[in-house]
Amino acid sequence: MKKIIFGIAFIIFFSFLIVSAVNMRTFGEPTISEMDDYFIENAQSETGANNVVTSIVFDYRGFDTLGEATVLFTAVVGIVALFRGGKK
Amino acid sequence: MKEMSRIVKTVTNFVYGFIIIFGFYIIAHGHLTPGGGFQGGAVVGSAFALLLVSYGSLNSNKFLKKDIFSLFENFGLTLFIVLGFSGLGITFFYNFLANSGSWFGDAAVIGINPGDMNTGGVIPLMNIAVGLEVLSAFGVILLTMARGAEFTKKKENS
Repeated sequence: MKKIIFGIAFIIFFSFLIVSAVNMRTFGEPTISEMDDYFIENAQSETGANNVVTSIVFDYRGFDTLGEATVLFTAVVGIVALFRGGKK
Repeated sequence: MKEMSRIVKTVTNFVYGFIIIFGFYIIAHGHLTPGGGFQGGAVVGSAFALLLVSYGSLNSNKFLKKDIFSLFENFGLTLFIVLGFSGLGITFFYNFLANSGSWFGDAAVIGINPGDMNTGGVIPLMNIAVGLEVLSAFGVILLTMARGAEFTKKKENS
C-alpha cells in the first residue's frame, strides 16, 4: 500500500518536472536580462569600482554579505565552544 | 602535532611571507581585480596553516596567538557592520563614499581600464574588514582544532 502511494506521488512530481523541462527556453537564449543590463551599464559609474562582481557583492547586495560574515563568525564560535574543553 | 623536518621548515620560511603578501594584495585590490575579502583572507589563512603544519602546534603557539586572532575577528565584523550602518542616512549599506571626493572617492573611468586604487567608495574598506575577519577566523579554527587534537592525544596516552 505504501509503495503504491509513493509510486503515484513520484509519477505526479516527475510529470511536473517533464512539463517544466518541455516549457523551458531553448538552450543559449537568455531569460529576461533587464537587471544584468542595469548592472553592466551603471555599476561602474554608481559605485566607482571597476570590478562589477565586487560592486554587486559588497554594495548592491551588501546585506547578503553581512549574512555570510555572520555565518562564518557563528561557525568559529561553535568550533571554539566545541574544542575548548579541559585545562591546558 | 610534531614539527616536520628541517627541509620543510626552511621552505616554509622562504614562502610564507610571499603567501601573506599575495593574500593582502588580493584583499586590497578587491574592487579592481578578481578576488576580494573572502578569497584573500583564505589565502592568508593557508599561510597560517602552512606554518602550523610545518612547525607543529606546540612551537607555533609562540608566534600564532589565538587571542590576537580573536580580537581581529571581532574587529573585522564590527567594522563591517559599522560601515553598513554609516550609510543609513539613505539606505542600509548605502555606498556613501563613492564619487564623493574624499577617501576612495574618485570617480571611476567608464569603460575597460586598469583602474585606480582611490575609487570604489566603501567597497575597499568593506573588503579589508571582511578579509581581516576571514583570515583571523582561519587562524582561530586552526589553532583551536590543533589544541583539541593535542589534548585528545595526551588523554589517550595517559
